[in-house]
Amino acid sequence: MRVSMTVNGEEITREIEGRLLLVHFLRDHLSLTGTHWGCDTSNCGTCVVWLDGEPVKSCTVLAAMAGGHEVRTVEGLERDGELDPVQQGFMECHGLQCGFCTPGMLMTARALLDRNPSPSEAEIREAISGQICRCTGYATIVRSVRWAAAREAADSETTGSMS
Amino acid sequence: MTTVGHRPLDGFEDNDQKPIGHGRMLRKEDPRFIRGMGRYCDDVQLPGMLHMAVLRSPVAHARIVSIDTSAAEAHPKVKAVVTGAALAEKGLAWMPTLSGDVQAVLATDKVRFQGQEVAFVVAEDRYAARDALELIDVEYDVLEPVIDVRKALDPAAPVIRDDLEGKQNNHCFDWETGDAEATEAVFASADVVVSEDIVYPRVHPAPMETCGCVADYDRVEGRLTLWSTSQAPHAHRTLYAIVAGLPEHKIRVISPDLGGGFGGKVPIYPGYVCAIVGSIVTGKPVKWMEDRSENLTSTGFARDYIMRGEIAATRDGRILAVRTNVLADHGAFNGVAAPVKYPAGFFGVFTGSYDLQAAYCKMTAVFTNKAPGGVAYACSFRITEAVYLIERIVDCLAYELQMDPIELRIKNFIQPDQFPYRTQTGWVYDSGDYEPTMRKAMEIAGYDELREEQARRRAQGELMGIGVSFFTEAVGAGPRKDMDILGLGMADGCELRVHPTGKAVVRLSVQSQGQGHETTFAQIVAEEIGIPPADIDVVHGDTDQTPFGLGTYGSRSTPVSGAAAALVARKVRDKARLIASGMLEVSVADLEWEKGSFHVKGDPAKCVTIQDIAMRAHGAGDLPEGVEGGLEAQICYNPENLTYPHGAYICVVDIDPGTAQVKVRRFIAVDDCGTRINPMIIEGQVHGGLTDGVGMALMEMIAFDEDGNCLGGSLMDYLIPTSLEVPDWETGFTVTPSPHHPIGAKGVGESATVGSPPAIVNAVLDALKPFGIRHADMPLTPSRVWDAMRGVPRPPI
Ligand code: FES
Ligand code: FES
Repeated sequence: MRVSMTVNGEEITREIEGRLLLVHFLRDHLSLTGTHWGCDTSNCGTCVVWLDGEPVKSCTVLAAMAGGHEVRTVEGLERDGELDPVQQGFMECHGLQCGFCTPGMLMTARALLDRNPSPSEAEIREAISGQICRCTGYATIVRSVRWAAAREAADSETTGSMS
Repeated sequence: MTTVGHRPLDGFEDNDQKPIGHGRMLRKEDPRFIRGMGRYCDDVQLPGMLHMAVLRSPVAHARIVSIDTSAAEAHPKVKAVVTGAALAEKGLAWMPTLSGDVQAVLATDKVRFQGQEVAFVVAEDRYAARDALELIDVEYDVLEPVIDVRKALDPAAPVIRDDLEGKQNNHCFDWETGDAEATEAVFASADVVVSEDIVYPRVHPAPMETCGCVADYDRVEGRLTLWSTSQAPHAHRTLYAIVAGLPEHKIRVISPDLGGGFGGKVPIYPGYVCAIVGSIVTGKPVKWMEDRSENLTSTGFARDYIMRGEIAATRDGRILAVRTNVLADHGAFNGVAAPVKYPAGFFGVFTGSYDLQAAYCKMTAVFTNKAPGGVAYACSFRITEAVYLIERIVDCLAYELQMDPIELRIKNFIQPDQFPYRTQTGWVYDSGDYEPTMRKAMEIAGYDELREEQARRRAQGELMGIGVSFFTEAVGAGPRKDMDILGLGMADGCELRVHPTGKAVVRLSVQSQGQGHETTFAQIVAEEIGIPPADIDVVHGDTDQTPFGLGTYGSRSTPVSGAAAALVARKVRDKARLIASGMLEVSVADLEWEKGSFHVKGDPAKCVTIQDIAMRAHGAGDLPEGVEGGLEAQICYNPENLTYPHGAYICVVDIDPGTAQVKVRRFIAVDDCGTRINPMIIEGQVHGGLTDGVGMALMEMIAFDEDGNCLGGSLMDYLIPTSLEVPDWETGFTVTPSPHHPIGAKGVGESATVGSPPAIVNAVLDALKPFGIRHADMPLTPSRVWDAMRGVPRPPI
């Protein structure tokens, strides 16, 4: 079957099998290998991408279901050569080690901050609780998200006072 | 000498004001990871690449009667179907394990565990390969499985390993250490003897990236390139050369970015060999990535020790001796990853951090119809089991003596002036100063206040527990005089080249799985040679580009390869000194090194930088007599001893009396890993290990039913901690450098995994004290804690 969708702002159309999972579509057909795959049971969250702005586990979505929708992956986080603050936060606060869970964590973190610009530690833990990191022990991920929140708050203050 | 430091909980230490070298530095590898540009095995796409899937046994023990592959072969997208019989024709049906046993690549005669490899399919895409597995028809004659490890040696038990000539039982090996008689004598006359049956259940490293590879065999050149999830690319290359008979110089193993390893990516798994065969047979690159259930059910498990621990002491708490008897479940093949002379790994350090008069261990290892393994899951070869045993049994002793567990530990610590300290089982601890580390943990925790709080809460019927553990690890394997893996000495090479413009490349034989080698090793070299880390490229994970060495596991990267990196940099610096003496026209003795430059003693203005020297080394103009051009060196470092990091951990738990749910409220970890290179990375390593500890103590277990069905085969059944099960970690440190390591570093990658389970279990048992319970086994799930609260703790196996 033929499927069309927007991925990271770009219109794409491909011929696919109906059973193809979105995660494999992104990785194998579009070579967007930043989105990972780590389990058979929708538990790990290494595959998290956005579907119309909502974080979803792309191993649990058929590529066909994304037809006509907008997908954003970790490759689409950086804009105009500028890293997203959550990307910077993960570097600054050592929010990653092997990096395998990182793309999924970044997508969830970005979505959280879009809805709640100053989340508490508990809210951050809750937001990432459907995703597993086997390396970091989560505390540095929490710090990373808070770093990003603080940076964005500071940025908007500067922008606010300038306008 | 020990320096005591303590970091505020919400930040990091500064970079010591040092511009280059040791100190906090952001990771050089992160820019690619945070952009989704890491390159993991499954990201490798080659033109014409095919996909492989493996058919696995649904049963634990059965004779293979027949295999019909005709329908699978007829599938339009299938390129090859290979069974054990086909491999046997090529002499490839069996391969050696890391511990001198053999393991079936594909089963020929029998299947010996659920999930064992039976056949493989190579097809045009992943989905088609999976479809074709369904078309293979295998007829099994099901045999009685051996699942209960305690019954494996029953004379009536079915023999699992009838492939071994003359094998009549399921005995794998016996091993002992220490002095049985001397220990018995101490036990016989001791005031107090406490014994306890302690189980360390089977767990799994479960890195987020499963195992897999891409094999690309070039028929014309006879050259094999293998991208694989390997923690030890060089050792793997040599083993492939031996197993497959391919010439070693025509094999290139590339370990790209690894999504975690934790010991699970040390062995060679049948899937890798199958993919290589698949590529040879089809003439195309072949990719194999196992799925999560394949990972959990077939790749290397860890632990699985049933231990009887005994401790002898005086009434006032002087520990005299420790004794243990261990029954070890090795699964269907002995796949333990440990140096050859150490079938039980470094379990011999079960004497812990205490000055004892005697110690003895006797171990029996058996085969069962379970997956093979015995990998060092984030632990240096069975040290996790050893530390758990001693730290649990010491707590049992404290319980009997009604002594504070910290007071009991401090009273028995090996004293600073006793180092180097030879233990009763023959290990020589390089250095240690234990009490300040313990006191630091007490200070961060507010130990006395916690005990007061506990008394208050207990009076109100609340279940609050405070658990302690103190560990000494043995890492950095190891001296080649007594350590090798399949005949390969456990040394590591390192090569450093300084380019004419003063930038450098350092090539390592170890491989990062997330530990941040590209940063830490750049810092080690920077500290020695004064080139900023940003100007030093770290190359690793490719056998064509790096010197030989045994890889990353058992916390050996910093103790072994880190030493190699420091020494190779010093070698280059020595050459730079000669060149500088020519440039400044003074003798070498008149030169002084300040990080990054040489100057004439007493005249700092007369100086040349390392960059100037690099240009001179490669440039025109004269060099001093006898000095070759270029500025580079290579070495192979053979450690003279292991390194022995230590640490003190305190855990605070609350147990809900209504649901028996354990909540880890606080966890304080004070680690001493000797010289600290990058405190940020060290802290990260500790955090990760503590999380593993919560998993093992409270959640994780690979269990089996009586038919040998694996009950932990998915992440729905095998529970790994999420952000909700772990607290915000509190860390601190002390520094006791290793005397023999060139920069005094000891390694830290696994300390927390080793040290945290006993602290957590001790905390749970401390909370359960009002119920009169001395011991309960991991994993302390609500149902198991509930049983303990009712006075009937049951072993998990
Ligand atoms: S791959 Fe594990 S949740 Fe999607
Ligand atoms: S950084 Fe390795 S799984 Fe999260």
